Amino acid sequence: MPGWTRHTGQAVHLPLENVDTDQLIPARFMSRPRSDGYGDYLLYDVRRNDDGVLSPDFPINQNAGASILIAGGNFGSGSSREAAVYALVDAGFQVVIAPSFGDIFSSNAVNNGVCPARMSREGIARLTDAMAGTFVVDLEKRTINSDIATVSFELDDSWATKLINGWDDIDLTLQHADQIAQYRAQRSKQNWAWPQN
Amino acid sequence: MLPFPAPPFMCIFMEKPSTLLDKLWADHEIFRRDDGTSLMWVDRHLVHEGSHHAFAKLAARGADVAEPALTFGVADHYVPTRGRADIKDPDIARMIATLEKNAQAHGLTLFGLRDPRQGIVHVVGPEQGLTLPGLMINCGDSHTSTHGAFGALAFGIGATEVAHVLATQTLWQRKPPAMRITFEGDLGFGVTAKDMALGWIAELGADGARGHAVEYAGAAVDALDMAGRMTLCNLSIEGGARFGMIAPDAKTYQYVKGRAFAPKGDDWDAAVAYWATLRTDANAPFASEVRINASAIAPTVTWGTSPEQAVPIDADLPDIAALPKDKRAAAEAAYDYMGLRPGAPVAGTPVDQVFIGSCTNGRLEDLRAAAAILKGRKARVPGLVSPGSALIKAQAEAEGLDAIFILAGLEWVASGCSMCVGMNGDLVEPGKRCASSTNRNFRGRQGLGSRTHLMSPAMVAAAAVKGEITDVRTMGET
Ligand code: SF4
Repeated sequence: MPGWTRHTGQAVHLPLENVDTDQLIPARFMSRPRSDGYGDYLLYDVRRNDDGVLSPDFPINQNAGASILIAGGNFGSGSSREAAVYALVDAGFQVVIAPSFGDIFSSNAVNNGVCPARMSREGIARLTDAMAGTFVVDLEKRTINSDIATVSFELDDSWATKLINGWDDIDLTLQHADQIAQYRAQRSKQNWAWPQN
Repeated sequence: MLPFPAPPFMCIFMEKPSTLLDKLWADHEIFRRDDGTSLMWVDRHLVHEGSHHAFAKLAARGADVAEPALTFGVADHYVPTRGRADIKDPDIARMIATLEKNAQAHGLTLFGLRDPRQGIVHVVGPEQGLTLPGLMINCGDSHTSTHGAFGALAFGIGATEVAHVLATQTLWQRKPPAMRITFEGDLGFGVTAKDMALGWIAELGADGARGHAVEYAGAAVDALDMAGRMTLCNLSIEGGARFGMIAPDAKTYQYVKGRAFAPKGDDWDAAVAYWATLRTDANAPFASEVRINASAIAPTVTWGTSPEQAVPIDADLPDIAALPKDKRAAAEAAYDYMGLRPGAPVAGTPVDQVFIGSCTNGRLEDLRAAAAILKGRKARVPGLVSPGSALIKAQAEAEGLDAIFILAGLEWVASGCSMCVGMNGDLVEPGKRCASSTNRNFRGRQGLGSRTHLMSPAMVAAAAVKGEITDVRTMGET
């Protein structure tokens, strides 16, 4: 996964609260292999009318090229399905801005190179005042610039480092193989903690 | 060299009171990075059909499962609840076959489709004695918090993390702040752990415990049986918490003792000696403390599309203007989706069907509670009853519960996630209203356009009998 420090792109505003991962990708698509591409499944039911046609007034349908999603509170709550992030990534999104996120969604996002930027509602209001033009997201400064405003966001230090370096956790972890082996040796003495049978 | 006496501040440090979370965390921390992220040891890793992405990631690296003996597979999310001998849907057949193939390739114990121990992952873990106090337990399913009912550190993870655990048996995790929710007093007649959970989430909001590890305490929690404790911890995630936990006690030990994978003999004694230390010390600091009067909780029902949109059965649906500003737009959209009106009483809302099952409320105790209401009565609407595991199904049949459900007109089917998530094809039709013992009332959760009302199993049974949402307390036990 490539790392990144700054991202320039267009933003789209989805002013909905509690967009859960069941909405981000309905369960019926989750048996598909990732290689099929998950972009079309993003918000599949939410962005369509009752007759199954894409609603022309749904924000994401109006901004096909957007890579920054500005959302409502508790975004990505619910199921741990990482497919919700695959759908965002495959639909071209690299940054999601929201007042709060589901915990598992946030770590899934970071594991796929997507920045879950926490921003106050006031900050979001300043950004969404003028949505035209491009936005610049800076992971080091933790800021988002539009033509008219610069607003800061919050992101855990360890997550920023991971996004910037494009780190794969498994490689990092294997550097600690000795410590893991030591822990395991200790744990092995606690017989009760291992499955009997 | 003279022996150095420990400096006084050391003594203070050593005696610093700690929370249950502190103790469990310290026991699993292998290493802590400068940025505060800990590398944690995973004692039990549970995988299911939905873990296929993680196995694919592992294969892409050419990696093996680090600890096959600590990894257990369960077929639950996609399994058909009827006609298992001949699975018609090729996607579903492929999902189950992929899990079998992965389990076999890596030498994992699998509770597969035809195993008599098959069931929902969060029901099977405790039932088999894989879930124990003092363990760290992970699974690629958000309701892994269920296992916290035993005093374990248990939480759901995403596919990348599942692949990480498979490859290393460890997980990078930041220690969350601790929150304690104390339920004082006793629950009233007809009120259950489900109502405690929906009650606190309605009060604090669907992100009320955001990012916290919640410990449940108080007389009403102590009084719950293990099934109730699991229901309470299961729903922690719906209030934004990542973990839910309850300190182990005699009830916990009694539940665990003698189960297939549980410690035996000397190991058992050593375990209990250690488990007895897994309690929050007096005066241990919590980042947040909430107290709730258990005796004031009524049977609770959701009316909207978020678990926080819940009211006591004797209440009216909230007026939009009476809600906090940032909740109004969501409430309006929820009323629209659910086809309901603000101000109307929630009791009397007609339902089209019912569902009893899931890792939240599909245990034997739940089936007994529902059967007690349905006994000798007829359901006015159709419904499905799917036990949490095949062993629970067998026990329920031995007790004659299946006959009660069937005579009432409900369908008695095999065990799986079923209508909790609809992946196996058990779906609620668009626009239909379902009284459900599950955990999520999200838009489309039970199927495109489905309308879900969450409630306890006894309340679901009452709704089935009346054909509308009803206060179970008025029905008595026949
Ligand atoms: S029953 Fe529902 S919540 Fe429980 S594991 Fe299955 S899908 Fe997840």
